[in-house]
Amino acid sequence: MTDTPWDPSKPILEIDNLSISFFTRLREIPAVMDFSCTVMAGEAMGLVGESGCGKSTVALAVMRDLGKNGRITGGSIKFKGRDLTHMTEEELRHIRGSEIAMIYQEPMASLNPAMKIGAQLAEVPMIHQGMSKDAAWKLARQIVADVRLPDPDRIINAYPHQLSGGQQQRIVIAMALMSKPALLILDEPTTALDVTVEAGIVDLVKDLGRKYGTSMLFISHNLGLVLDVCDRLCVMYSGEAVETGNVGEVFDKMRHPYTQALFRSIPLPGADKNSRPLVAIPGNFPLPHERPQGCNFGPRCSYFVEGRCNAQDIPMFDVPDGHRHESRCLRFAEIDWSTPPAVAKTTEKTEIGRVVLKLDDLKKYYSVGSSAFGGGTKKVVKANETLTFEAREGETLAIVGESGCGKSTFAKVLMGLETATSGQIMLFDENVQSTPIQMRDTGTISKLQMVFQNPFDTLNPSMTVGRQIIRALEIFDYGNSDEERHARMLELLDLVKLPRAFADRMPRQLSGGQKQRVGIARAFAGGAKVVVADEPVSALDVSVQAAVTDLLMDIQRKNKTTLLFISHDLSIVRYLSDRVMVMYLGHVVEMGTTDQVFSPPYHPYTEALLSAVPIADTRVQKQRIVLEGDIPSAVNPPPGCPFQTRCRWKSRVAGGLCEKEVPPVRTLDGGHQIKCHLPDEVLASMEPVIKIAAE
Amino acid sequence: MLLFVLRRIGVMILTAFALTFIVFYMTNLPPNLEKLAKSEASVRMDDAAVASWLERNGHSGPVLGRYAQWLGVAPGWTLTAEDGTVTGRCITRGTDPATAPRFCGILQGNWGYSTVFKATVADVLARSLGATGWLMVWVMIVMVPSSLLLGVLSGMREGSRTDRVLSTFAITTTATPEYVSGVILIALLASATAGISPILADWGWISGKTLFPGTATAAMDDITFWNFFLPVMTIALYGIGYIARMTRASMTEVMTQQYIRTARLKGVAFRQVVMRHALRNALIAPFTVIMLQFPWLLNGVVIVETLFNYKGFGWTLVQAAGNNDIDTLLACSVVAVFVVLVTQLISDIGYVFLNPRIRLA
Repeated sequence: MTDTPWDPSKPILEIDNLSISFFTRLREIPAVMDFSCTVMAGEAMGLVGESGCGKSTVALAVMRDLGKNGRITGGSIKFKGRDLTHMTEEELRHIRGSEIAMIYQEPMASLNPAMKIGAQLAEVPMIHQGMSKDAAWKLARQIVADVRLPDPDRIINAYPHQLSGGQQQRIVIAMALMSKPALLILDEPTTALDVTVEAGIVDLVKDLGRKYGTSMLFISHNLGLVLDVCDRLCVMYSGEAVETGNVGEVFDKMRHPYTQALFRSIPLPGADKNSRPLVAIPGNFPLPHERPQGCNFGPRCSYFVEGRCNAQDIPMFDVPDGHRHESRCLRFAEIDWSTPPAVAKTTEKTEIGRVVLKLDDLKKYYSVGSSAFGGGTKKVVKANETLTFEAREGETLAIVGESGCGKSTFAKVLMGLETATSGQIMLFDENVQSTPIQMRDTGTISKLQMVFQNPFDTLNPSMTVGRQIIRALEIFDYGNSDEERHARMLELLDLVKLPRAFADRMPRQLSGGQKQRVGIARAFAGGAKVVVADEPVSALDVSVQAAVTDLLMDIQRKNKTTLLFISHDLSIVRYLSDRVMVMYLGHVVEMGTTDQVFSPPYHPYTEALLSAVPIADTRVQKQRIVLEGDIPSAVNPPPGCPFQTRCRWKSRVAGGLCEKEVPPVRTLDGGHQIKCHLPDEVLASMEPVIKIAAE
Repeated sequence: MLLFVLRRIGVMILTAFALTFIVFYMTNLPPNLEKLAKSEASVRMDDAAVASWLERNGHSGPVLGRYAQWLGVAPGWTLTAEDGTVTGRCITRGTDPATAPRFCGILQGNWGYSTVFKATVADVLARSLGATGWLMVWVMIVMVPSSLLLGVLSGMREGSRTDRVLSTFAITTTATPEYVSGVILIALLASATAGISPILADWGWISGKTLFPGTATAAMDDITFWNFFLPVMTIALYGIGYIARMTRASMTEVMTQQYIRTARLKGVAFRQVVMRHALRNALIAPFTVIMLQFPWLLNGVVIVETLFNYKGFGWTLVQAAGNNDIDTLLACSVVAVFVVLVTQLISDIGYVFLNPRIRLA
């Protein structure tokens, strides 16, 4: 395609001092400043940072698709030696899709809903290689098979909505590979997917990269994934690259305080809520037009020196004896990087008290009529099957599983938004399984509260923060006068460590983490005894996650709250929970203390789940277990064991029992429960999935 | 799909019964019947005379029974007078009562007799619907393509100069009601003293006094460009603006979708992005609006037909309502209900073809 032959030993992509700004009516907002990076042929480069740090902007700038308001204000982007910043639309069009292709975060939104998969794929070679329609469809079919999708003939004739999320993302990848691009840009390609699906996609991307020799620019906020996929990495903070280098060097010998703080704020194996708590990064991410003088990270940095770090703009420095390792820190040579973090405070393990919540054989079935007029066959979705467990005072019970496993249905039934089909829920000494929330008395409601996943949508946008908390207090019948409630509201703000002045703020003036704190304050307003936290930190950035998790733990210790922590993120579950319950297709497949669940013997699903979680630690060695296929639909679950369709241990059970019977719950040593047919000796022979290599 | 259509037709029939019953009840309220009696027989009748006239003409009795007769599911009323002559709903004057059918409602094709037009309602309806049908056909031919074009052109680059110009035009036309735009068009193009006609006549470019005729009565017999241009444009202009705005909104939304970005970054040319990727998705919303335009046209032509003296459905409706012509009014409402329901059915079915995510079952 290129006019001049390109020398493969030169970089494929060379970004040099790139600056990008967005222009609004009010001002120019610099999104990326002085950004440089180089991607060699066949290399995978990771771009890491929190939301708003400019990593996606860099990707779109490479594609020259910044929208009407965005403009490249300086620097150059050279692709195979040609400067993309000076190309005409027509020239760009020839490069897009054929030489540089992009994979997006949300596969559903990225595919045209009204076009068949085959047509969307075939379009690429038809435009760029002038291929005939038949040949292009044939190629599409072949690439669909290449991305390991079953039944490619059916898939190319399907519409996007007929595929699952993982399949859709494979299609987006197939689309990017249609004309064998030299550079692939992946913008958070797995963020919207479940972990086991993510593991499959990551494997695919790595294999294809090797097979076609494609260079990659891999954008992610997940350090574990970057370790898994990339050769080199560039950490971004507030529009600047702060550290760049080989993955191994940056992970083990980081030379920038932000990188270090980032690693200390994520739960790695070995972190523990009591003895080795996470260290949250203090303060907030600066807004693009409110960046500080000098080092952007200065105000939040523990190595900050007044008069030096905020004196002038800081360039990238080469780190001696590193391999293309650079850091944007004036003091990187002076800091002793091996000092362990000043341990903030270790706390005593909370005492586990009496049983406050007891579920007995809880079932929730939905019947799905096929149409609004009735008629047609009724189908039953078994969202929850025989849930039996207890939760005690002061305990954190984590409920883990992928989307569709029934964990949110369980939360709804517990909260009273739905009523149970059969079984019992005992909250203290009261039966609540068939009392919908409207019929529950205020005492029950205020004792049982919920912290929601998305803090952006769960606060009323037109009510001040203080008013919303007072409203909750009114509903819970707290206090006798407005003054009393107001005073309590201020106390609650103190409790969640928000300044009292925030009472008069509107939700839109708050950051995501602050909003989630308001959500927590609201949940605890009536002195909640049992709190269901439904993915409370998954919408937040890593550095904020640590602080919010910490806060939840703190309040729990103070109030002896029982926390039901619903999550798909096993790292955080391991960090903060006392007991773990793993769910799959409505069944509890494994339950036990955190140590029991995270070490063998495993339920085969737990084993796969653990293996799929990317861990940002170079010392960790994992056994790779990639699950085939998707989670079966709950409308049409497989006969016998729910997991038998994807289980790699199935052949070890005699007589095809897995396909015939739902396994019984077996209790192993120490109350560890597993729902599996595997004989004891096979369970005992399982090896740990995650091993930490000795230093 | 077939099941869906059948079910929808069932619902349609139920709705039609409910709606016609309401209209039947309203038009058959006692004061209305009294007015009818006085206009048909004598204005100076006293109450007793009115009551007996109503009884003699089958307007008494429970309203449900009369509704059933009108539908044709109950036998028509018969009355034997003192002199032995038999009159009845189904007995045409001067024929032998014995040969008359027992049932004669709209189900048997008997729509009644129009007191205003002195003809059977079926004839009146056929004539006026035919006339309005032609008007609607031409309005649709002008309105749909031009409005979609305007909408797509202005929506594909939101905020561009093309968008601003076209949007201004669309807002202006849709903000001008037909009775204003009709009058303006007549003044501009069909007046011997104002607008461009006198100038053209002076220059000798037109043979008559005006460029376009001010009425469309001639179009009842023979439609030409000249006699049909003004009524069609008056209706179409309003609709063009409306549909164009809808299309534009839908188009701008589609253009910001991620799959459009995907297409752009695949290297698809802008023209192809619009034609292949955006258009079908952008037409889903306006399609319903276009289908809703049919009932609106049918009932909305009242002003234009009156203005241009075109004796179509709207004009007939006005006449019937103004003169208490119960049978014609009822028939008109049946037609209106039918058109609304049928177009909605078509729009639901069309939706399935435009939007693969929707499956009817």
